[in-house]
Amino acid sequence: MFFTFLRRELAGRRRQTAIVAIGMALAIALVMIVNAVSTGMRDAQAEVLQSVYGVGTDLTVTATPTAPGEGGAAGGPQRFEFDAGAGQTADGSTALSQSRLTSGPGSQTFDAAALDTVQAIDGVEAAAATLALENVTFSGELPAMSQDQGGTEVQTAPDGGGAPPQGGFDGAGGSAFDVDRVTVLGIDPAGAAVGPLSAAAVDEGRGLEASDAGQAVAVLDASYAAIAGLAVGDAIELGGTEFEIVGTVASTSADATTASNAYVPLDLAQSLSGQEGKVSDVYVQAASADRIDAVQASIEEALPETSVSTQSDLAAQVSGSLGSASALISNLGLWVSIAVLAAAFLTAILFTIQGVTRRTREFGTLKAIGWRNRRIVGQVAGESLVQGLIGGAAGLVVGLAGIWVVNLLGLTLGGSTGGGFTAGGPGAMQGADASAGAPPGGMAGGPFGAAASQTATEVVLSAPVTLSVIAIAVGLAVLGGMLAGVIGGWRAARLRPAEALRSVA
Amino acid sequence: MYRLDHVTKQYQGKRTVTALKDVTLEIPAGQHVAIQGPTGGGKSTLLQMLGALDRPTSGRVVLGEAELSHLPDAKLAGVRAAQLGFVFQGFNLIPTLTAQENVEAALAPLGVAAAERTRRAGEALAAVGLADRAGHMPGELSGGQQQRVAIARALVKEPEVLLADEPTGALDEATRDEILELLEGIRRDRGLTLVIVTHDSAVARRAERRLHLRDGVVTEGVIR
Ligand SMILES: Nc1ncnc2c1ncn2[C@@H]1O[C@H](COP(=O)(O)OP(=O)(O)OP(=O)(O)O)[C@@H](O)[C@H]1O
Ligand SMILES: [Mg+2]
Repeated sequence: MFFTFLRRELAGRRRQTAIVAIGMALAIALVMIVNAVSTGMRDAQAEVLQSVYGVGTDLTVTATPTAPGEGGAAGGPQRFEFDAGAGQTADGSTALSQSRLTSGPGSQTFDAAALDTVQAIDGVEAAAATLALENVTFSGELPAMSQDQGGTEVQTAPDGGGAPPQGGFDGAGGSAFDVDRVTVLGIDPAGAAVGPLSAAAVDEGRGLEASDAGQAVAVLDASYAAIAGLAVGDAIELGGTEFEIVGTVASTSADATTASNAYVPLDLAQSLSGQEGKVSDVYVQAASADRIDAVQASIEEALPETSVSTQSDLAAQVSGSLGSASALISNLGLWVSIAVLAAAFLTAILFTIQGVTRRTREFGTLKAIGWRNRRIVGQVAGESLVQGLIGGAAGLVVGLAGIWVVNLLGLTLGGSTGGGFTAGGPGAMQGADASAGAPPGGMAGGPFGAAASQTATEVVLSAPVTLSVIAIAVGLAVLGGMLAGVIGGWRAARLRPAEALRSVA
Repeated sequence: MYRLDHVTKQYQGKRTVTALKDVTLEIPAGQHVAIQGPTGGGKSTLLQMLGALDRPTSGRVVLGEAELSHLPDAKLAGVRAAQLGFVFQGFNLIPTLTAQENVEAALAPLGVAAAERTRRAGEALAAVGLADRAGHMPGELSGGQQQRVAIARALVKEPEVLLADEPTGALDEATRDEILELLEGIRRDRGLTLVIVTHDSAVARRAERRLHLRDGVVTEGVIR
């Protein structure tokens, strides 16, 4: 009886059933898409973080930033000095090249003994220290200075006199200079498997090994190597020393670059940059997730000069289009979903109430022939529930289709972390450009190392269909149906059985 | 069958209306009673008291052993489901259900198994001469046929009492007589107590006992 009546009733008012179901379907689809996209955003943020800080890094220790100028560790004078005999002269031009390894922008260093302190703290599973550096290569061509040309004769005639300048990059006495920046990360080849490279895998050649300590060997980021035209077996000059490229690494998440352009043994990085016994970042893995807070407090106590950041502090630092899109989805998306959902629920409730009012005599009659309230409420609620489920099923299909389209579009989001500590440099540019609340070039960036300040990652948005997305669809369908059903049923229960005797009028 | 003791029914509203005034009445089992009276006299109100659809403001309504005036709603529904049959002026069939399903709806609250329900509903429809219309929707039936379906629905549970409010009010004379003959036949066969509210003297004349209701006060009419 229940199902026959239910089926007949819903079939008898197809239009209303369709309106309610469509409203419900749209709302549910929207909620599903928003949910899937924001999950995708979160994954993307995690991916950006992972490419910078590595997998399994719970805490990052950096020097507490001091205002530029006060920070003594910012590397030597930014000057390139060439003596008279420098460079190679050929065809009347002198080619000059010099590379200097210094602390990266925004990066401050602290004593490497901090690593031992951190490792001794209870609840620390593993820790590794790195030194973030930047290698700046200055190269250019100068016209050759020839002695005999300059002689004793004073050149006075504007249209005659000595020979015109020759040589230089244009053959007419001009000069050209290139400044090339490469981010370099000094890592302990024998250290723990925490830190930036834990999110990277060897692409070609090999990674750094314990025996590499003190050796001039480097591992390059695979995409940097491709751009720079370098391969395993080639050499790269860093801080005036030729490093042999022994391997390349690529991020384990397909579409992100790794934290740095080049990786070299920590001890060499320290000596070449004049920062003996200094590091810029310590990456810490806690023994378990619930001990992160305690470990953070212990490190802060043991190392008062440093800043300790958790993964969630770091997540807040993800800026760029990813940061803004993420904020948009979580705010606008949420509110639009709630509004549409409320409208759909309201429609369902109003139609149910209207239906009960229209069927006053019908329900009065059923009560008169002995139907109890419970049965009538059940009937009304059942109708609403089925309506909701029809909407839910349709919404599931529409929502999955929507998610599929989002994935098909393959939206690319740029994310950068911790940018904006120092003026200038790619990190700061990103931070300003992202307009994610950081004043351009200001102090608003995070206290992260050079690696962080210079990392911008492109991530393709993928909205995953998770079990929770499907549970949301089904749950909302049931909830909407039940809500309308309970309210409609309550109205039906209040009807007097004597309504059946009302004249037809 | 029925005993009413000083039954008063008032409707509270902007103005309190006393629909029944101190009605004391006895209806023996198997009696055929007609209730007449001017419009607004309280006929439908009296039928609601007899039909356990509402409780009196004061006084007692006793059906068999059960005192209806003091039963909770769920118990009243149980009494209606098992013992009472209703027939209405407007037929009151469920428009979305077929004739057969309308009749089966009366057996739903009694917990009758599906197969048994189908069989009994079929028999009830056959008893009112509509075996061939079981699958029709109410909208596809004439007024007389709809009222027959309603009678089948009232009788399928084999009630002790049949209460009818203007059952022929919406029908032409020929159909009216058919319906009355049907009701009287069933009453004779089953020893049913039959209470019919009517404006129509031709209908009232066929009853054993006629009651007159005016301004909520009952007076006995002709008893033959
Ligand atoms: N639910 C109600 N609320 C308020 N007043 C009511 C209600 N039902 C009936 N009444 C009033 O009670 C009085 C008796 O009504 P009732 O329906 O019993 O009359 P009736 O004899 O059946 O009239 P009719 O012949 O027109 O059907 C009327 O004055 C009516 O207005
Ligand atoms: Mg009436």
